[in-house]
Amino acid sequence: MNVRLYVWQRGTAALMVPLVAVHLAVIFYATRQGLSAADILSRTRGSIAWASYYGLFVAAVSIHAAIGVRNVLTEWSPLTDRSAGRLAVAFGLLLAVLGFRAVAAVVL
Amino acid sequence: MTIARHLKHRTGTLWLAALVHRLSGLALAIFLPLHFLALGLAISGAATLDGFLRWTDQPLVKLSEVLLVFLLTVHLLGGVRVLVIENFDWRDGQKQLATLAATISALVAFFFLVRVF
Repeated sequence: MNVRLYVWQRGTAALMVPLVAVHLAVIFYATRQGLSAADILSRTRGSIAWASYYGLFVAAVSIHAAIGVRNVLTEWSPLTDRSAGRLAVAFGLLLAVLGFRAVAAVVL
Repeated sequence: MTIARHLKHRTGTLWLAALVHRLSGLALAIFLPLHFLALGLAISGAATLDGFLRWTDQPLVKLSEVLLVFLLTVHLLGGVRVLVIENFDWRDGQKQLATLAATISALVAFFFLVRVF
């Protein structure tokens, strides 16, 4: 992992510390009486706050997970650095697309 | 003898903490696309998402969710430990901190288990 990737991974990690803590709290809160679509959507639909929170979360986790997967592939698979990098970028893009789609689905 | 020497460090608490951090991250990375796809079901309407949520009422799915809560918490706390080590003065007792992180994660997962069953 070069310095640029290291800084991005640790930066997104630091950013996600409060985001994950809030997410865990929401998981506990949301499951207090079982999950229902009405419950989830009544909280998120039309909310700029939740859209910003989850949008930031998706952006950070897409970068963080892609770099993490790249590290694992580089160290634990026979792939070259270049191939591991390409796969990681593809994975990061997949996460970003699916993630922003999910945010749009629950917020719009 | 040589193999034993090479494997010796792989029994330490902090080596195990690093392995747990990596494996939990990997598991979460595998889970994330599925999580996003599930939430994306809301595009087709609340009823579609509800249909999926009723599927998740199965005990085995709930147990998987408990495991995911453990993985998320242990990855969070393990990550905080790494960030603190890298950005602040060294503190002794890292093995105890790693064990504490795993214990807190297990407790959080246990509380979640009690909550969903």
